[in-house]
Amino acid sequence: MNMIEATNIYKKFNQLEVLKGISLQVKKGEVIAIIGPSGSGKSTFLRCLNHLEIIDKGSITIEGEMMAKMDSAGNSHYQSPSEVRRICKKMGMVFQGFNLFPHKTVLGNIIEAPMVVNKMDRRQAVSIAEELLQKVGLIDKRDSYPSQLSGGQKQRVAIARALAMRPDIMLFDEPTSALDPELTGEVLKVMKDLAEEHMTMLVVTHEMGFARGVANRVIFMDDGKIIEEGEPQEIFSNPSHPRTKAFLNQIL
Amino acid sequence: MLYELYLSKLMGPILYLSKIMGPMLEGTIVTLQLFFVTIIFSIPLGLTLALARISKFKILKDFTGVYIWLLRGTPLLLQLFFIYFGLPYIPIVGVTLDRFPAAAITFILNYAAYFAEIFRAGIQSIDKGQYEASKALGMTYWQTMRRIILPQMVKRVLPPVSNETITLVKDTALVYAIGLSELLRAAKVAVQRDFTTVPFMIAAVFYLVMTLVLTWVFKKLEQKYALYE
Ligand SMILES: Nc1ncnc2c1ncn2[C@@H]1O[C@H](COP(=O)(O)OP(=O)(O)O)[C@@H](O)[C@H]1O
Ligand SMILES: [Mg+2]
Repeated sequence: MNMIEATNIYKKFNQLEVLKGISLQVKKGEVIAIIGPSGSGKSTFLRCLNHLEIIDKGSITIEGEMMAKMDSAGNSHYQSPSEVRRICKKMGMVFQGFNLFPHKTVLGNIIEAPMVVNKMDRRQAVSIAEELLQKVGLIDKRDSYPSQLSGGQKQRVAIARALAMRPDIMLFDEPTSALDPELTGEVLKVMKDLAEEHMTMLVVTHEMGFARGVANRVIFMDDGKIIEEGEPQEIFSNPSHPRTKAFLNQIL
Repeated sequence: MLYELYLSKLMGPILYLSKIMGPMLEGTIVTLQLFFVTIIFSIPLGLTLALARISKFKILKDFTGVYIWLLRGTPLLLQLFFIYFGLPYIPIVGVTLDRFPAAAITFILNYAAYFAEIFRAGIQSIDKGQYEASKALGMTYWQTMRRIILPQMVKRVLPPVSNETITLVKDTALVYAIGLSELLRAAKVAVQRDFTTVPFMIAAVFYLVMTLVLTWVFKKLEQKYALYE
C-alpha cells in the first residue's frame, strides 16, 4: 500500500492554473525531494496533500484512505470535513516560516495538539514533548517562548511539534529557506535523523546537498507539472530533460 | 473666640462637602453599575459579533455588518432616546423600560458594535500561518480560534479596548439626558441648588479617578501579556 497516492491533480487560483495534472505515489519510508524553480507549484502541491488547498481535479489517497475522489469527469469530491481531518492527521507539516504559536512556550507549542486534538492527558503529552525536545536537541529551551529562539531552533521546535502528533508522513515546505546559512545545518541534521528512522518524507527544498545525500527520489517540477523524476544520482549527474539541466546549471 | 471663628471657617467647606458627598457617591454607584454592566455584556456580545462578521455565512456576515454600521453610525444619545422614549411607541414590541435598564441595554448594544470592530481587526491581524499550522496539526476551526487565535488577539486589542473603556466611563454621563441619577446629574443638582461650582470639580475628580484606575489596570494587563513577543 502506498503512503500517498495523488492522481492527476489540477489546481487553479482564480484563472491561474498552478498544478496541471500531477501524479505521485509515495511508498513507506521514502524520502522525496521536490525541486524546481520558484512559482512552479511545489508548495501548492504539498499544501494540497494535507488539505491546506482544495484541489479542482484528481484524487488523493493517504494510506489507502480516499480523501478526495475523482468523478468520471475528473472533478474532485472530498470526504466529510471530519473524515478529511482524520485522514490528514497522518501527515505532519513543517513550514518555511515556522508558524510557531508565539503565545505558548516551546513545551506549550508541542503539547497543544496532542492535548486539544487527541485529548491526551497533560502528563503523557509532556513526556512525549520532552522526549522529542531531547531528540531535536532543545530540551533546555523547554520553557522559552518562540521569540527567544534563533531561526534554526524555531524550526526544530516546529518539527518536534509536528512529530508530537505521531504522523506517518512528514511534509516539509522549504524548511531551511528562511534561515541564515549557518543555521541550516542543525535543521537538516534533524531531518536526516528522521529519514534514517524511515519516516516517509516529502521535502520541497533548494538544499541540493540534502536532496542528493538523503533523498531516495528527486522530483523536478516546473510550470505545474512533474518534468522529471528519478534517483538523485540520475537527476543530478544525468538529467534527461533540458529544463532540468537548465535549472540545475543555474542553481548548482 | 478667634479659634472658634477659625474653626467655623474651616468647618464650613467640610460640612458642605460631607453634605453633597452622599448624593454624589450614590450617583457614582449608578455610574459604576452602568459601566460594569456594559463591560460585562458588551465584550462577549462584541466578540460574538466579530466572529459572525468574519464567518463564511454571508447572511450572518452582512447582518452584523449592518448592525455595526447602524450602531456606530448614529449618536449614542439618539439610541438612548430611541430605547427609552421611542420603544413604547413601536407597535407590538412596544415596551416601556425603566431608566436604568434602558440605559444599560443601549450602552451594551452600542459598545458591542465598537468592540466587535476592534476584535474583528484584532483577529484579522493574526498571521494566516497560525491557522495553517493549527489545521495541519488537526485542529478544528473552533479549537484554533479558542486556543490559538483569540489568545493572541487579546494582547493586540488591549490598547484600543483600553481607550474604549475610558470613553465608556465618560459616556455614562449621557444617561443624564433620560433623567438617571448618575454622577453628573448629582453634581448638577448641587450646583444649581447651592450656587457653587465645587460639585462639578468633585465630579471631575471622580471621573479622573475612575479613568486612572482603568489606565492602571490596562497597563498591568499589557505588562502581563508582554511576556511573549
Ligand atoms: N493563495 C494563492 N492565491 C493565488 N495565487 C497563488 C496562491 N498561492 C500560490 N499562488 C500562485 O501559484 C503559483 C505557484 O506557487 P507555489 O506553489 O508557491 O510555487 P513554489 O512553491 O514552487 O514556488 C505562483 O504563481 C503563485 O503566485
Ligand atoms: Mg514554495
